[in-house]
Amino acid sequence: MTAPPASPAAPPLLEVRDLAVAFDGDGGTLRAVDGVSYGLGEGETLGIVGESGSGKSVHVLAMLGLIPRPPGRVSGGRVLFCGRDLLALPERALQRVRGAEIGMVFQDPMSSLNPAMTVAAQIAEPLRIHLGLDARSARARARDLLDLVRIPEAGRRLDLYPHEFSGGQRQRVMIAIGLACRPKLLIADEATTALDVTVQAEIVALVRELKREIGMAIIWITHDLGVVAGLADTVQVMYAGRILERGPVDAVFSDPRNAYTLGLIRSLPDLSRGRAGRRRLRQIEGSPPDMRHPPPGDPFAPRNPYATARCRTEAPPLRQAPGAAPGHLVAAWYDLPALIAREDRA
Amino acid sequence: MSGAEIGTTGRAAAPPEAAPRREPGGAGAFWRRLRGRRGALLGLAIVAAFAVLALGAAWIAPYDPTATDWGAVRAAPTLAHPFGTDEVGRDVLARIVYGARASLGAGLTSVALAVALGLPLGMLAGYAGGVVDGAIMRLTDALLAIPFLILAIALAAFLGPSLTNAMVAIGLSATSIFVRLTRAQVQAIAAEEYVEAARAVGNPPWRIALHHILPNIVPAILVQATLTIAAAIIAEASLSFLGLGQQPPDPSWGSMLNTAKNFLDQAPWMAIWPGLSIFLAVLAFNLLGDGLRDALDPRERP
Repeated sequence: MTAPPASPAAPPLLEVRDLAVAFDGDGGTLRAVDGVSYGLGEGETLGIVGESGSGKSVHVLAMLGLIPRPPGRVSGGRVLFCGRDLLALPERALQRVRGAEIGMVFQDPMSSLNPAMTVAAQIAEPLRIHLGLDARSARARARDLLDLVRIPEAGRRLDLYPHEFSGGQRQRVMIAIGLACRPKLLIADEATTALDVTVQAEIVALVRELKREIGMAIIWITHDLGVVAGLADTVQVMYAGRILERGPVDAVFSDPRNAYTLGLIRSLPDLSRGRAGRRRLRQIEGSPPDMRHPPPGDPFAPRNPYATARCRTEAPPLRQAPGAAPGHLVAAWYDLPALIAREDRA
Repeated sequence: MSGAEIGTTGRAAAPPEAAPRREPGGAGAFWRRLRGRRGALLGLAIVAAFAVLALGAAWIAPYDPTATDWGAVRAAPTLAHPFGTDEVGRDVLARIVYGARASLGAGLTSVALAVALGLPLGMLAGYAGGVVDGAIMRLTDALLAIPFLILAIALAAFLGPSLTNAMVAIGLSATSIFVRLTRAQVQAIAAEEYVEAARAVGNPPWRIALHHILPNIVPAILVQATLTIAAAIIAEASLSFLGLGQQPPDPSWGSMLNTAKNFLDQAPWMAIWPGLSIFLAVLAFNLLGDGLRDALDPRERP
């Protein structure tokens, strides 16, 4: 996991600027994504963590024009991919980006594969649409792709239907579809969430190997910190449609600067210690805010034991955390390490 | 003939919510499930038997169905005429065999017409949405408000009496059933994750409609089509009974019943055989349709 962070000289592969996504409903406008900005370099792996409703999935779907409109709409911002603003592209041009330059892998490989189509036909689809391959060469490529994602006896299994594969193999098929046109960016939306833990580990290992072979950038969306730790270069914590913390994986996990990140880490069991060394799991009190009426300041303030008066009135900007590793950004008015140190002394 | 209502109310309203899916096992398992249902097999056997009669009428029928024999008018069943003869001495068995042609032909043709019109309209409504959907569905609702058989009779009377016109009338009357079913199915399938995944792969809308949505709604359409054939057979018999369908002297079960009603006391066989034929054909298509629904969607098993 040593891919260099995007240098300021080279323009990043993907640059998201002040992206905002809203859903209009009867109860008012729901601001699902509220001013998200970040960059992603060529070959970089970005893990985005957050709970349901944090905007982590919605913001990538919005980038690709995949949110239902109406009720959803992109209410602001730009998404520059290879220098083009995806949000300004007409639908036709976006169709040429989807599946060709940006591949996607969805959460549930059973419901994301068409039950009435053979696996070969589904892998061949992006090849036929984007590369204009004929049926025969698309089939040959589909076979190679099944080999690539380590499905045994690929040649014999081309004409099987999705239900004839196991869950892990179906997710491998999804990855094969996502990688079919050698995209510059692969977006995986909760791609391991529906799988058994052992299968999850296999998929993560596979993606790591494929990344070494192909070198695509990855956005890995998950609520599983363990998967991010095993896969990503950079981690980005989202909550209530905003980025609360972002930085190199090791820096964020060892030195969290946002109370929400700390809460996520503390709610994980630590199985590496012996029985004696284990601690009680701590949950984050309360529940996420109603995004139709978000709190005025820091969205996490109502659940945050470390919140200051300023947190409740003014939203903190995302900026370099003082004294932290370079590129480690946080949106917080409080100084978390100092607060924890004081707690430990008490 | 109130059974025809089944086609428009009970049956049409039931399936839309439950989208039959392709289930584990594909075609092979589908046949295994269908074979396991006695009712469906019986229905399939009767349908097959009638199909053989209709297709092979020229070889199977013992007499010319329009040949009269004044020496054997309203003759009771004998070895020479196993089903008896009618009021002008025509062989009832021959007329039943040829009548299968009119009945099954009308059932299949009219439903084929209804699917050919209803499926594209329903897909357009379900997929395009908005004003297009509104226009198509208001028209469909208006047509569904008129009872199926009444609409068919009105259309047939307007088009003029002939078997072809009767088929067109029945087909047009049944179209709204398929528009509504297709639209509901399309909306259900369009919300599936694999349709979103197909969009994420860069499929243009027409390709999603044809490659991803259409194959997944075929089972539901197939079930509804089979059940609607039963209703169409009753409708054809009704129209012919009223003189709006098959024209004399060509045989149809419905028109046979019409003449038979005048001789119920003297020659009951003239009514029994066509009545029994209609009953069996309708029963068979209903059994087959129910069996297909169960075999295509095992979750709905009673």
